[in-house]
Amino acid sequence: MSDIIRIEQLNLYYEKHHALKNIGLSIKEKAVTAFIGPSGCGKSTLLRTLNRMNDMIPGTRIEGKVEIAGADIYGDDVEVEGLRQQVGMVFQQPNPFPKSIFENVAYGPRLQGIRSKSELEAIVERSLKQSALWEEVKDHLKKSAFSLSGGQQQRLCIARAIAGQPDILLMDEATSALDPISTLKIEELTQDLKKDYTIVMVTHNMHQAARISDQTAFFLNGEIVEATDTTEMFSNPSDSRTEDYISGRFG
Amino acid sequence: MPNRKGFDESLYELRELLASMGDHVIEALQEAVQSLQSKNVELAKSVVDNDYRLNEMEEKIMDIGSRLIITQQPVAKDLRRIIVAFKISSDLERMGDLALDVAKVTLRLQGSELIKPLKDIPQMSEIVVEMIRDSIRSYLDENTDLAHKVGTDDDQVDHLYSGMIRELHEYVKENGADGPQVMLINLTGRYIERIADHATNIAESVVYLVTGKRPDLNS
Repeated sequence: MSDIIRIEQLNLYYEKHHALKNIGLSIKEKAVTAFIGPSGCGKSTLLRTLNRMNDMIPGTRIEGKVEIAGADIYGDDVEVEGLRQQVGMVFQQPNPFPKSIFENVAYGPRLQGIRSKSELEAIVERSLKQSALWEEVKDHLKKSAFSLSGGQQQRLCIARAIAGQPDILLMDEATSALDPISTLKIEELTQDLKKDYTIVMVTHNMHQAARISDQTAFFLNGEIVEATDTTEMFSNPSDSRTEDYISGRFG
Repeated sequence: MPNRKGFDESLYELRELLASMGDHVIEALQEAVQSLQSKNVELAKSVVDNDYRLNEMEEKIMDIGSRLIITQQPVAKDLRRIIVAFKISSDLERMGDLALDVAKVTLRLQGSELIKPLKDIPQMSEIVVEMIRDSIRSYLDENTDLAHKVGTDDDQVDHLYSGMIRELHEYVKENGADGPQVMLINLTGRYIERIADHATNIAESVVYLVTGKRPDLNS
C-alpha cells in the first residue's frame, strides 16, 4: 500500500492559538487510519485540513505542506470545490438535505453536470449499495431523507459523500451520535469501503479505532505522539503517554 | 476519563493471589520432598489434602481476569497483565499437581526403606524452590534480569536430573533391579524437573509482560 496523503511540518494557528504543531504523517491508500486523542488535541483540526474545511474559520493560518496524490492541496492553483469532491466528509450528526433520498445522493453528481436520468439512477444505486442502505430504501427513494432513522441517515450521508467517487473519505466521529447497532453497521461498512476508498476517521471510541482501523495516530496537545499499525499501538505502544491514554489513565 | 481505581485494585488483587499461589507451591514441594525423605505419610497426606486451595485460587484468578476483560476492555500492558495472570496461575496450579504427585510417591512407598539415600532429589528441590521464589519475585517486581536467571537455573536442574537417571541406570546394572522403587524415584525426579520447567514458563511470562515480546528461556 502506498501513501496517498503526505503531511510535512504542518503548523496551524487559530489566531494566536497554536493548534497543530509540526505535524508529519503519511496516510496509506485504501486503508482505514484513525486519529485518537483527548478533546482539544488537534485530531479534528488535522482531519479538516485534509479537505480545507478550516479555510472557513476566520483567523486560521497554515504553514507546511499537505499533499494528496502528490499534489499540494494548499497550492495557489487548487480549486477547493474539486478538492472536496476528491476528499468527501461525513460528520458527527447525520446532516441530510431536506430532499428525497434519491436527490440527496444525486445532488453532487448533478452539480458535476450529470443530467442523464439513467446515469444518475445508476450512481444512486451504486452509492446506496456501497453504503449498505440500498436494500432498506430501494422501494421508496422518493421519500424524504428525514423519514429515515439516525443510523440510516448517516449511511445516506456516506452514500452522498461517495456518489462523486472521491479518493478519500473523512469521518469526523461519524458514529458517536448513533445507537450500537447502527454503529456496528457503519463499522462493518468501513471494511467494505476501504477496498475502494482511503478512510481517515476521528473517533473518541478507542475500541472502535482498535476494531476497524489499520493505522492509528495518537494526538496530544496539537502534536502526534505516535502513529503506527493499530495492532501494534494497542498491544505494545512505544510511548508511555500513548499507553496511559489508551489504558484510560488520563485524558 | 476516570483514574481506573477499581481496575487497578483488581490488578493488585491478581498479583496478591499469584504471590500466594507461589508460596503455596513452595510449601507443597518442600513438604512433599520432606515427606519422602522422612517417610512421613501424614505429611504427604496433608500435601494431597491442601491441593484444592491452589485450584480455588486459580479459579478466582480466572474469574477476576474475565470480569476485567468484559468490563474494562483492557489494552496494551493492562491486557498483558491479565493474559499473564491466567498463564502464571495455570503454571502454578500444574506445579501444585506435580508436588502432589511427589507426595503420592511417599504414600506408595508406605514407609519401606529406600534402596539408597536420596541425594539428587533434595538438591534439585532446593534449586527448584529458589526458581519458584525468583520467578514470582521477578513477576512482582517486573524484573527481567531475575527472570533470565530462572532460565539459567533450569539448565542446572536438567543437568542434575540426567545425572540422576544415569546413576539409577548404573545402580540397576550393579545391584539388580528393585523395579517399582527405581521407577518411583525416577518419576519423582521427573516431577521436580517438570516443576522447574513451569517456573521457567513463569519467567517467560514475565519477560512478555514487560517487553511485549515472547522469549524462549526453556530451550
